[in-house]
Amino acid sequence: MALQPIKIDFMGYRRIAAVLSVIAVLISLSSLAVRGLELGLDFTSGTSVRLNFSETVPVNEISAQLEAAGYEDAVVVNFGSDRDIRILLPLDPNAEAASEAEQAALTGAAIAAMLQARGDASITLLGSDYVSAKVGEELAEQGGLGMLVALGIIMLYIALRFQFKFSVGAVVALAHDLIFTLGVFSLTGIEFNLNTLAALLAIIGYSLNDTIVVSDRIRENFRLLRKTKPIETVNISLNQTLGRTLITSFTTLLVLFSILLIGGESTQGFALALIIGVIVGTYSSIYVASNVIIFMNVTREDLLVPIKEGAETDGVL
Amino acid sequence: MLNHYPAWKNLLILLAVLLGILYSVPNLYPDDEALQVTHESRELVQADLDVIATALEAAQLETLDSDLNQGGILLRFDSVEQQLRAKTAVEDALTDDFIVALNLAPTTPAWMQAIGAGRMNLGLDLQGGVHFLMEVDMEAAVLARMEDNLSNVRSILRELRIRTRGLTMIDFSHIEVRFASAGDRSRARSELTDNFPELQFQNREAAGVFFLDLRMTEDTMLQIQRDTLQANRTTLLNRVDALGVAEPTVQQQGSNRIVVELPGVQDPAQAIRILQRIATLEFHLEAALGAPRSSYETYDYVAPEGVFTVNVDNDVILQGDRVSNVRPSLDQNGLPQVQISLDAQGGNQINRVTRDNVGRMMDILLIETRSRTNLAIDENGEEVEQVEFYEDSRLISHARINSALGRQFVITGLTQREAMDLSLLISSGSLAAPMTIVEQSVIGPTMGRDNLEQGIRGVQVAAILVVVFMLLYYRMFGLAANAALIMNIVLIFAVLSSVLPATLTLPGIVGIVLTVGMAVDANVLIFTRIKEELRNGLPPQQAINAGYDRAFTTILDANLTTFLVAVVLFTIGTGPVKGFAVTLMIGIVTSMFTAIVGTRALVNLIYGRRRDLRTLSIGILPVKPTGGKT
Repeated sequence: MALQPIKIDFMGYRRIAAVLSVIAVLISLSSLAVRGLELGLDFTSGTSVRLNFSETVPVNEISAQLEAAGYEDAVVVNFGSDRDIRILLPLDPNAEAASEAEQAALTGAAIAAMLQARGDASITLLGSDYVSAKVGEELAEQGGLGMLVALGIIMLYIALRFQFKFSVGAVVALAHDLIFTLGVFSLTGIEFNLNTLAALLAIIGYSLNDTIVVSDRIRENFRLLRKTKPIETVNISLNQTLGRTLITSFTTLLVLFSILLIGGESTQGFALALIIGVIVGTYSSIYVASNVIIFMNVTREDLLVPIKEGAETDGVL
Repeated sequence: MLNHYPAWKNLLILLAVLLGILYSVPNLYPDDEALQVTHESRELVQADLDVIATALEAAQLETLDSDLNQGGILLRFDSVEQQLRAKTAVEDALTDDFIVALNLAPTTPAWMQAIGAGRMNLGLDLQGGVHFLMEVDMEAAVLARMEDNLSNVRSILRELRIRTRGLTMIDFSHIEVRFASAGDRSRARSELTDNFPELQFQNREAAGVFFLDLRMTEDTMLQIQRDTLQANRTTLLNRVDALGVAEPTVQQQGSNRIVVELPGVQDPAQAIRILQRIATLEFHLEAALGAPRSSYETYDYVAPEGVFTVNVDNDVILQGDRVSNVRPSLDQNGLPQVQISLDAQGGNQINRVTRDNVGRMMDILLIETRSRTNLAIDENGEEVEQVEFYEDSRLISHARINSALGRQFVITGLTQREAMDLSLLISSGSLAAPMTIVEQSVIGPTMGRDNLEQGIRGVQVAAILVVVFMLLYYRMFGLAANAALIMNIVLIFAVLSSVLPATLTLPGIVGIVLTVGMAVDANVLIFTRIKEELRNGLPPQQAINAGYDRAFTTILDANLTTFLVAVVLFTIGTGPVKGFAVTLMIGIVTSMFTAIVGTRALVNLIYGRRRDLRTLSIGILPVKPTGGKT
């Protein structure tokens, strides 16, 4: 039995891929600008109303009653026991209340009265508070800042270990993956919360891993293949790493799909973000990073920077 | 050629594996529900244990084990219900100065505990509980100090007979003093500069008025911020202790926030009441000898030389809100002391009392409102929990008045440790700036358990899928990779349980799962390389060697870059971001070890010594491509 050698002319499609990537990024950016993200409660401020029911009432029933009464964006969750309910509502900008705290108190009383009138269970209002999004905002800020600092350090490291053109390739690929993933979140309206933020940070790691492995092969082949054209060298490298790229993506996706399907509700957003990230990260390590390197006219000479080859391969740990 | 590791390298790997197993095994021992009984001022003795045993017997409760050690008693129960009922029974049987706290007791063998092997802490999202984020009002703390400075400045200028046209507080850290002449101002400035090292002075003129701006220095503000946060943290810790929660977290976050996590607590309203309750401080004289019994209360005072009783006069000289600053310091002889500053009114009050009572003892009481939960029977005959509040006073200082005291005085004759403790206690009843709850969340115990179970199932299924795939695709080498993968998970658990006692949260579990997926990457890289080398015609032993060598650079580059990202995330992030970064960093280090060194050792053991090796069980080889140079 013999398998046919895999030889795909990846770079032959590079213009089409570039156009597709640019379009995808533009769509993502405009969706982010126009629709924005469906921010989870971690990032929004609002009113939290806590109620105690004399008997167990299903959460979805309460949701339905709230919706019927005009509280459309209410989020209903159990806390503590199945008779304690917490309702989270966005702040009403048209409310006449003097302060957010007062508005929270009014909303709480109104909701308790409304639910009492509609259901059989007797309801005790445990409290209603204004919750600020300060913490979420700060985390988003940290996440954003973290990404920028991380991008800077990555560029520096790759410029030192490889070459400046490779740093640009890796960072463009990263930005591409992050924007695309955020774009999918924005377009589909899936909630963006702290777990998804953590997933974005993980995508940085994954996408980078992929890109470095490919770049590493390109560097090696540039030094090895003296007479091949750069574009051909890149193509050969991509083919050589294809097996590994696919297997790693496959095992990672195996893991992520098992979390998505059985890991429970609280990790689904995380898994979904990562699945998108892994798929687009695999694509970008082939097309975005390599494309940028070709576009920047990488040559053999770029990589003849004296790097002590011996020191690195001298024995395995 | 042959592939084999020197003996020391194999031993080193074996050692790492054994240590990994040793330190991750405690996670298989579930904790017992327990009660921890202690006394505020003395060590517990066998007699106390007897009292407790009788009480438990009367309530028909059985302990798994009861143990008297380190001055306390630990009682173990086999269910939460038993534990809660026992808490009520034990509290009823003992006096109020005993502390009965709900706890989780490890069941790991003593020798494991002795070497520091224990269970991982589970985060709130896996265990249930309440989480609060409290914000400390730093401006209020600085303002209090500045108001104090304002009245000090005013009285100093008055004493020196320097005339002003008024003093105004411009904002929380800025005072403006107006003078009629530049001469007055410069005289005032030189006097004040000596007296207030924490202020910055600046001259300003406008419309014939000579202004002197007094601003708090940046350093002092930072110092106040640090002290205030520390004081607030101590206060919270004291209050959380009163809740009797096992493994509470009271952590500083950023420059002005404190995170409080109370695993197991299910009633946030009650927790809030306790966290926000106010502690106060009272300064009293010791009752004179022969004073009528109705004029004093008796307290235990815990001194280094032992516990003795002190009769504290009922008249309050001063309350905690008059204390403007307190800190431990050293006197001119280098001996530890606690420096206390009062505001102007406090200074007058203490001066009036102490000048006539030099030689007597002054006592400081810390009064806190505590709560306890009792089980009661409601009108339906059901057992309900009732929260009862009571005041708890503690004598924290008992010191001789050596001279008439004023606005600034010191308490001496302490050890360094005592000085620090006393200063913290005093600040917890005085300085603490107002705190507000900016974030609050509750995770039910069932939800926590579900999260944990689903998370674990996710890891299991993912691991099985990956293991099966690797075995099918890489055969014998897949087996080595799988052994490394399992070792990797064990090592991550070991590191999380002992070296970096981090708290495992849901994002953390996901981080581990992700490592499972990504950890095989290193092996995939190595095996793909070995296959390539085999196809290029290298004999098996050389192919193994070349495969590991060539892949190493790539793996190092890829992992190092990702590690850098994790370090950045860890430095900048908080909460979930940080938790994720920690597992990622640990995962990168352990996976590099197991995937490179670990699998190499196994492969060496399997194939390394065979000179006649012709084929490797590594799956289907790729066919030599037609293009490209090899």
